[in-house]
Amino acid sequence: MTVALPREKVRTRLSDAASGLLYLSPSIILFGVFLVYPLLRTIYLSFFRTDSQGTPLDFVGVGHYSNLFTSAAFWQSIQATVGFVLLTVPLTILIALGLALLANEKLKGIGIFRTVFSATMGMSVAASSVIWMFMYNPSIGIFNRFLEAVGASGVQWLLDPQYALLSVSLATVWMNIGFTFLILLGGLQNIDRTLYESADIAGTSYWTQLRAITIPMLSPTLFFVGIISLINAFQTFGQIDLLTKGGPTNATNVIVYAIYKDAFINYNVGSASAQAVLLFIAVLLLTWLQFKLVERKVHYQ
Amino acid sequence: MRLRNIGVYVLLILSAVVMLFPIAYAFSISLMDGKEVLQGHLLPREPSLENYVAAFERIPMMTYLLNSLIVALLVMVGQVVLSSLAAFAFVFIDFKGKGLIFMLFLATMMVPWEATMVPNFLTIQSLGWLNSVWGLSVPFFALAFGTFLLRQQFKTIPYEMYEASQIAGISRFRFFWNVVLPVSKTPLVTLSVYSFLTTWNMYLWPLLVTNTEQARTVQIGIKQMQSNEVASDWGVVMAAVILIIIPTLVLLFAGQKHLQEGLTQGAIK
Repeated sequence: MTVALPREKVRTRLSDAASGLLYLSPSIILFGVFLVYPLLRTIYLSFFRTDSQGTPLDFVGVGHYSNLFTSAAFWQSIQATVGFVLLTVPLTILIALGLALLANEKLKGIGIFRTVFSATMGMSVAASSVIWMFMYNPSIGIFNRFLEAVGASGVQWLLDPQYALLSVSLATVWMNIGFTFLILLGGLQNIDRTLYESADIAGTSYWTQLRAITIPMLSPTLFFVGIISLINAFQTFGQIDLLTKGGPTNATNVIVYAIYKDAFINYNVGSASAQAVLLFIAVLLLTWLQFKLVERKVHYQ
Repeated sequence: MRLRNIGVYVLLILSAVVMLFPIAYAFSISLMDGKEVLQGHLLPREPSLENYVAAFERIPMMTYLLNSLIVALLVMVGQVVLSSLAAFAFVFIDFKGKGLIFMLFLATMMVPWEATMVPNFLTIQSLGWLNSVWGLSVPFFALAFGTFLLRQQFKTIPYEMYEASQIAGISRFRFFWNVVLPVSKTPLVTLSVYSFLTTWNMYLWPLLVTNTEQARTVQIGIKQMQSNEVASDWGVVMAAVILIIIPTLVLLFAGQKHLQEGLTQGAIK
């Protein structure tokens, strides 16, 4: 009896580990095959010259990286990516915050507005891009018809290098508002109501409450959507492919589109892999930044 | 106070008009004939559903819709099953290295999917899964966000219940199936809606792994349409746009509350 008990314990512990791994194995296997392996493979390929099928031919060291850093096209795609991020992220968050504040008012029929404001979350990038493509159409689109109606001359929204990035960004802001709005509204609804009640009793104005209660209490959520939006902006592809194909003169050739073109159109897998590694590092840094700052926030409380 | 509410309503209505305009505009165009589209009207003189008929007759819209539906359902089921199994292990089963594995799961969220697309494409090609629903779905079955979301919910189930069931000799899987899943309906619905929406709307991956009419999803179908059609067929293109956004909009509106709670939980925790 005295011997049997520990043995029994050992048996269950082993079976705990085994069954734990059994439950985890489908996820672990798929992460291994479709995430860990391809990530390592991408890093590996970034050091090789390959054939069109991605088979490594010869080792070139950091050759692809040094070529990138001296290539005007690569810096152009970095510039387009950063420009796109700056044009989309702050504006999206600002508009979505405004909408969330409006939709957080306790009014009759507010549910309808919440639904409307979140609608673009249900719309695919492809469908949205096609609609915006039509709105940007130089001859029959709504934008130029409006300009003509007020006596201004029309603009080549997607073909003019001066306007293309701005046009794609504007369409993207619209597409991203739904998701950002939904998260921010959730954040607003999580703020303790009693804070406002005591502020009401003290007779403080709406704008003071916004500055002193709402924004500070919402800051973790704002920070979260900021990072998510930033990462999403770095991964933009669909609207570029549909609206501009990276043009005109590479003005909208953002990083993921550049990777796609290098790998699947120019069959330059090595260089595409090097750019993918750089994208990975950028996203990694942003995520790390988020964890760091969230950690600090937790320490505060 | 009354005046303030009126002000809020005015702002709400203005914002709603601006946000909805592109969708309403697309719908309006979808009811016009080619000539009217070119005249640049805002509203159709004689609304007709001909473009919708044309969308099904001139392009394989039905095939695209079915492909997207099958792929979205497969990914939805795959993600829900794999995430709930993994979350169950993380919450209820004790074993060495669990914390480390959980950290690794979270770390997968840091990898931008686009950074892995070239080797993934080659993998799918060597598996012979190009132009198949498997190539479109299986790579997405494992989902750290889903595991994380369900783990938060499973943690609210009293651990004593699990211990009691173990003592009573009830198998783990029975406990998982008969207790854990039924009490977790809300996050399971949230995850399902999220999975379906994101998969239905996926663009880059289907673009890479499909190249036949038979295999394309709606998103790639609409890209094909837009690049092939001449200007006078914008009505048909918009009809197709409306057709492909209806399923996700309906799902979004039905699951909005769940989705908002689930996504916010990811933000706060």
